[in-house]
Amino acid sequence: MNKKKPVLAAAIGLMAAMAIGPAQSDPVDDKLVIDGELEMVTRTKAPEGSPFEEVLSGWLYRTEETRALEADSFQNPGMLYVERGEEIWNEVDGAAGKSCASCHGEAASSMKGVGAHYPKWNAAAGKPYNLELKINDCRTANMEAEPYKFDAADQKALVTYIKHQSIGMPMEIDLSAGDMQSWWERGKERYYLRMGQLNLACATCHENYNGHYIRADHLSQGNVNGFPTYRLKQANMVSLHNRFRGCIRDTRATPPKAFSDDLMALEVYVTWRGGGLSIETPAVRQ
Amino acid sequence: MIKAIGLGAATALLFTAMAGAAQMQPSDELSAETSLTGSVGDPVEGRKVFADRKLGNCLACHAVSDMSDQLFHGDVGPTLDGVANRYAPEQLRAIVVNSKEMFGDQTIMPGFYTLKVGVDVADEFQGERILTAQQVEDVVAYLTTLTKDPN
Ligand code: HEC
Ligand code: HEC
Repeated sequence: MNKKKPVLAAAIGLMAAMAIGPAQSDPVDDKLVIDGELEMVTRTKAPEGSPFEEVLSGWLYRTEETRALEADSFQNPGMLYVERGEEIWNEVDGAAGKSCASCHGEAASSMKGVGAHYPKWNAAAGKPYNLELKINDCRTANMEAEPYKFDAADQKALVTYIKHQSIGMPMEIDLSAGDMQSWWERGKERYYLRMGQLNLACATCHENYNGHYIRADHLSQGNVNGFPTYRLKQANMVSLHNRFRGCIRDTRATPPKAFSDDLMALEVYVTWRGGGLSIETPAVRQ
Repeated sequence: MIKAIGLGAATALLFTAMAGAAQMQPSDELSAETSLTGSVGDPVEGRKVFADRKLGNCLACHAVSDMSDQLFHGDVGPTLDGVANRYAPEQLRAIVVNSKEMFGDQTIMPGFYTLKVGVDVADEFQGERILTAQQVEDVVAYLTTLTKDPN
């Protein structure tokens, strides 16, 4: 046999050249307009300090059918959770005999823009709060009701409803408040940390290989602007910390608990990475 | 133990040469020069390990036309058509054992026979390699059959 055995150095040079791999499967060039009316920002200039020039919504990486489901709110299965969330908003619960509406009135006005600015610094708790934590705060302190357990159906519906009041508005968080900057830094470290038996970081998949197919999945930048997201594969709403935990589990690592400091820091950092994209809740993904 | 039946004569020759130099020494150090099991792998088994999502799951990232019967080949890594012409078997073994040694720390490709892994490894995988020595040899044997260059 006349196979040549290349010198290792030469082989590595060759590999570096090939590491670019086969033609990248780019995200589509398409516009997301909900119900033919509301034009969404799915591409925008990346925030200062981002590794990307442009941040892209996960919607651009999905199939035509999935994209169409999100663009039509009658077909979007996530809208059922918005409806359920509206019911909960008006439901009295807890010893204080109050509903969300008792204090906040019409969500369409009082919650407009609110979901677009979470996570937010919470001075009393001395850490960033996402909507789930804020809602539980209201439930215990103001309604005298039980806090929701992570991923309780009502928690997902209510978060979906509140985020939906900001649909089309740019996702933007305030890193100057309190100690947000150090949480951002902690989140960044986490994003580049290699995890699990497969030894992968968030960045390995979402920064280095977005646009590629990992088996049937078209890797996106892993942005959070659509959460909670309706996932066709699970036929259910998926919360952000559920998604984080799923991605971490896929590296064969034990994921941190939902709302743990690790995942809150990650939420702060990843939200910043997608700053400027429109809130799409409820987004539809595969 | 040698189950490499039905291979081309050239490949069989190569395997004999490899088996001769083999040592029974599975270790985490890169002993990729020689077979991890002391014998030649089985390419038929290797083909299964390659496709199995719970084992190699190599198709998640690599396309190979030998498996065009399977849906969904990834395009994260290069297509493996003709890979046997690009690398000697011991290099293929080194890539599968711990790709980081070959491609650098930043590679996305997992090391399939190494304990140098990431943090917080889930309980069920602690202290475990992704593939057994036998599975690595089987995959390497399969890779050496990929002699058809892309198009
Ligand atoms: C093994 C590869 C891999 C790793 C590592 C990984 N992810 Fe993912 N992630 C995926 C895939 C595949 C999807 C589904 C397709 C897509 O949207 O990119 C996904 C989806 C997501 C989404 C949903 C995006 C959307 O538009 O709905 C977010 C957010 C996300 N990942 C964040 C993370 C974070 C944070 C980490 C690290 C803690 C991480 N991922 C690690 C593969 C990975
Ligand atoms: C998560 C992605 C991923 C998985 C899973 C994966 N690889 Fe790779 N592989 C790559 C990438 C990417 C490269 C190119 C080197 C680089 O850029 O780091 C590569 C390179 C290679 C090469 C060299 C190819 C060439 O032409 O230079 C071989 C051989 C290889 N992989 C075999 C395998 C085998 C066998 C398996 C399964 C046991 C496997 N890979 C699993 C991503 C992967």
